[in-house]
Amino acid sequence: MANKKQPAMSRALVRRETTSGYLFLLPSLVFFVGFVIIPMVMCVVTSFFDANLNATQSDVFIGFQNYVELFHDPVFHKALINTLIIVVVSVPITCIFSLWVSSAIYNMKGPLLSFFRCVFYLPVVTGSVAVTVVWKWMYNNYYGILNYVGTSTGILDHNINWLGDPKFALGCIILILLTTSVGQPIVLYVSALGNVDTSLVEAAKVDGATNLQVFWKIKWPQMMPTTLYILVITTINSFQCFALIQLLTSGGPNYATETVMYYIYYSAFKLYRLGYGNAMGVILAIFIAVLSAIQFKLAKEK
Amino acid sequence: MKSGVERKSAYHVIALILLVIMAILFIFPLYWIVTGAFKSAAEINAAQPTWFPKEFVLTNFEKLFSRRAAPLFQFGPLVGPVVPGAIRWLVNTVFMSVAAMLLTCLTASMAGYALAKKRFIGRGLVFSLIVCAMALPKQVILLPLIREISALGLYDSLWAVILPTVGWPFGVFLMKQFSESIPGEMLEAARIDGASELRTFTQIVMPMVKPGIGALAIFTFINTWNDYFMQLIMLSSSEELTISLGIATLQAENATDFGLIMAGATLAALPIIIVFLIFQKYFTQGITMGAVKG
Repeated sequence: MANKKQPAMSRALVRRETTSGYLFLLPSLVFFVGFVIIPMVMCVVTSFFDANLNATQSDVFIGFQNYVELFHDPVFHKALINTLIIVVVSVPITCIFSLWVSSAIYNMKGPLLSFFRCVFYLPVVTGSVAVTVVWKWMYNNYYGILNYVGTSTGILDHNINWLGDPKFALGCIILILLTTSVGQPIVLYVSALGNVDTSLVEAAKVDGATNLQVFWKIKWPQMMPTTLYILVITTINSFQCFALIQLLTSGGPNYATETVMYYIYYSAFKLYRLGYGNAMGVILAIFIAVLSAIQFKLAKEK
Repeated sequence: MKSGVERKSAYHVIALILLVIMAILFIFPLYWIVTGAFKSAAEINAAQPTWFPKEFVLTNFEKLFSRRAAPLFQFGPLVGPVVPGAIRWLVNTVFMSVAAMLLTCLTASMAGYALAKKRFIGRGLVFSLIVCAMALPKQVILLPLIREISALGLYDSLWAVILPTVGWPFGVFLMKQFSESIPGEMLEAARIDGASELRTFTQIVMPMVKPGIGALAIFTFINTWNDYFMQLIMLSSSEELTISLGIATLQAENATDFGLIMAGATLAALPIIIVFLIFQKYFTQGITMGAVKG
């Protein structure tokens, strides 16, 4: 394959290219293999062991027992369901919202466009911890601005314990997650909308197509790769929702906000069961891989 | 025709109003952090919140800086002057983010160039591995990483966060995208002129992929600064805390002292937001390029 493009490449040149290629790759490969590939393999391997966090205690091979136990663990079921709810709710809203914002701002003048792009990216840059603590205050039962605004405008008739009520807790988490996940899709959509082939748009307009028709028939198909990418990254992002849970609810009340990511952390650091946590990690990875594959397939068919 | 124009402009006005409302809602948490940091305890605990601090007080920051002191830095025998703990957190965070940024930019620009421009055996395999790894959730590998880092004797040091961050292959992917645009003839000409590989890289490749390096630098800096999960599991002693971990600790110890917590959040968020605003152009470019053919 290497010789297809440059048939004149001599054997010596190929060798030279291979050596220098790997020399350039080497520093990066050391880190990649050492801190990504090896842990990935270890994750799968350890999931078959009864393992503790400190390496002094030797691991005991237990086969599929971790997986069998997960299968019967009601907390894991709850965590899985909550995680799927978060994904199913937040991914479409993120995509639609960011598409709407982008189509409203992409043909604005430079400074105005940068301003809006920045504003929607702000929660991402602010950092998950700072964002989470301020929301914790806003959601607070007594001092929170939400309850104040709600009761003083008459929308709420009494203060609501947003994060302490199983009815609302997960919704509250999803709301914060949404504000921190639209930033990147907006940047991507703005650039995709700017790259749409304008000659087609002009031609369609001459033929009397409405704006909406132009959007769905011409722009949308051209943005399909971007949409697909956004779907995949937003899905991965939603699956990994962790800081919010750990700092706001610790999975409570009554497991109402338990997610897989948080349960993995909990198993390793509170239950000291590394193997169990890794088994969950493997299942999570499989879930994400399958979902990404489905999204790819659907997008290709369209 | 006229009615069409009117309808269009009416839609635009409504869209613009909605957009502005949304923008205000998105800015509000940040506004609330910064103003909250300057509010007095009485004002924060009042039943009726104030939209703007009635009087600006510095008590929250005083309290934040009066907490446990620590040396400014510690490199082996070199120990800096004693400063408030929060300053040490900030120093740690800056060091960690800068180190991760420099190492990532160096290794990724080299690897990206090799993958884009060198034709060697196994190139396809390496590249597919990278793409596959990127599609997996990063957090899944963190538990095994703890053990590996402990075995290397790096647990609870900033390097425990830095090294795995450098290993994450997004940077290589991004730099490959940028390196594709280097014209092959230029590299060919350099080779014919007898330039060494290293010279070709530093004199021709590096200048051409500068925007890519800029994008990757700012991207890595911000992501490392904010990567709470990684910091949480890798660092535990109070000297080695980062600013994110510091606020999380504050929050755990004084759950309802919102003024103090907001002061910490301000300290964490403002520097990184300023960095982001300065290098915004590169950042946007990085996000867009990282997605092409993604």
